[in-house]
Amino acid sequence: MTHSALDRGDPAPGGGDAPQPGLASGPVPDPPAARTALPVRKKKKSFLPYGLVLPAALLELLIHIGPMLLGVWIAFISLTQLNLTNWLNAPFVGLQNFVNGLNPESTIGQAFFSTVGRTLLYTVTVVGFSWVLGMAGAVFLSSNFKGRAILRTFFLVPYALPAYVGTIAWAFMFNQRDGAVNQILVDTLHLFGDERPFWLLGQNSFGAMIVVNVWQLWPFAFLMLMAALQTVPADVYEAASIDGASLWQQFRSITLPMVRPANGVLLLVMSLWTFNQFNIPFVLFGAASPKEATLVSPLIYQNSFGSWNFGLGGAMSVLLLIALFIASFFYIRMVLPKGADND
Amino acid sequence: MIETRNFRILRNIVLTILSLWVAVPLYVVVSTSLKPLKDVSGLFQWIPDELTASPYFDIWTTVPLAKYFQNSLIITVAATVCSVTVAVLAAYAVARLQFRGRRAFSLTVLSTQMFPGILFLLPLYLIFTQIRNVTGLQLQGSYLGLIITYMTFTLPFAIWMLTGYFAAIPKELEEASMIDGTGRMGALFRVILPVAKPGIIAVAVYSFISAWGEVLFASVLTNEATKTLSLGLKSYASESDVFWNQLMAASVVVSLPVLIGFILVQKHLVAGLSAGAVK
Repeated sequence: MTHSALDRGDPAPGGGDAPQPGLASGPVPDPPAARTALPVRKKKKSFLPYGLVLPAALLELLIHIGPMLLGVWIAFISLTQLNLTNWLNAPFVGLQNFVNGLNPESTIGQAFFSTVGRTLLYTVTVVGFSWVLGMAGAVFLSSNFKGRAILRTFFLVPYALPAYVGTIAWAFMFNQRDGAVNQILVDTLHLFGDERPFWLLGQNSFGAMIVVNVWQLWPFAFLMLMAALQTVPADVYEAASIDGASLWQQFRSITLPMVRPANGVLLLVMSLWTFNQFNIPFVLFGAASPKEATLVSPLIYQNSFGSWNFGLGGAMSVLLLIALFIASFFYIRMVLPKGADND
Repeated sequence: MIETRNFRILRNIVLTILSLWVAVPLYVVVSTSLKPLKDVSGLFQWIPDELTASPYFDIWTTVPLAKYFQNSLIITVAATVCSVTVAVLAAYAVARLQFRGRRAFSLTVLSTQMFPGILFLLPLYLIFTQIRNVTGLQLQGSYLGLIITYMTFTLPFAIWMLTGYFAAIPKELEEASMIDGTGRMGALFRVILPVAKPGIIAVAVYSFISAWGEVLFASVLTNEATKTLSLGLKSYASESDVFWNQLMAASVVVSLPVLIGFILVQKHLVAGLSAGAVK
């Protein structure tokens, strides 16, 4: 930011002695401040930035920082529905919650670790499919043809719908024996013989949940990849095709490298959303997912508000928190421009 | 890419598949919403035998949909307005002013944006409990409580997006205004805000959409009187029956406001999202 200001400041024809670019020069000069003069800086000390940030900072403290610290505290106390209303006096139990809940030997611990594994598999699958579909849409909608603008908007509809509406629609389609999915798969395509599989119970529920999530998520990949592709000048492709590059070669050696910078953040953001997914299972299955389809967020929810095992939910939250801090470290490295480091 | 014949054929195939993939669930929703109840319980029919608009009238009496609508509207609008107002000030400071703690502040905003609601739900619940114990103020099940919790996701998003918009506005604009003697705040309100208006509206609409679709906080922190649409729609399913046609009609009604808003601002939204998230 600072750099661009300087770059722009120099050649700008702003007139001979226009104020030097940068922030030090208040246009309403304030001589006393300048004269009392700290040796190097003559910047007037201003409370304005703090005043502007204060409301946001207080809110951040109230809705994020405070709750996060409290969340860590919960993991170390014994909190049950009995002392929920009087939680300040809940007994401190140290690492007991972690030991009880996350012991790989115990059933709860096994459930936890298999949930984490399942959520990772879920994330990779959902993000992978969403990326491929988004890329396909972006590549073909980057060319000009009639109806392009309409399709572009249409593809975004699943993303714009309230998440629970899309999920309800799919719940209806996956609906037990008579839903649209079985109608297509069993009655039209004659898969599964005479069977009409249940999609929202047992093993199949995991796949059903993936389908719903991809349906809702892929437009985001599409949106971001479209934006990234718009920066590719058309004549690069022209040159390539004159040199005889096939469509696939053009895709591999022009399109893919061009979206590389966008991909990092896109994939990370989509992975985080998917890993933390709560809405889809909650609407699709209700408060308790089938055990084959339980993800991390719903598991914490179930432990906390289903079986009132808050300590366990807290311990799992802490682990999730740590994982997210690590992920956000990488996210921030990718998102924040390097120049922002030095102020 | 270059539009060879192969490219066009491939394009038609891919875009047809993608369109069907998007369209089928939407078609199922809309067509089901126009069927009489007797036609929605059995095997799914792609071509309705009979069309009726009555589900669109019945939805209001089967469950208190208008009440849910009102609840969602109050909570969502309030969370959006609060977030955007607070975010405009903070984002301007972050985008334009140097101050100690600026980086720490942006890092906090940026990282909390990625944390899921489940991490804040129980702690906020406990904080609300404590507030009730001490002051008697009931936040569980109240509008205020939900508005606060909804800001856990609308606020960081708004700050982050608006910072991007403000940073993209040429500095010369406000410098000119400050030379005219408006001062910083004058420049912000008279120059920056009007220029950034499309961006601010896009951020507001997006915050509105995400709050409108919220499920988690609503599932724990609402009661009968403050239930939002995301939970209210469940009431179309009773123990024995699901009024699928009405559920679908209600889904259409609930989706229309956000869909229209999204389509109106999508251009600015894409610009902001891709500037903010994908550099």
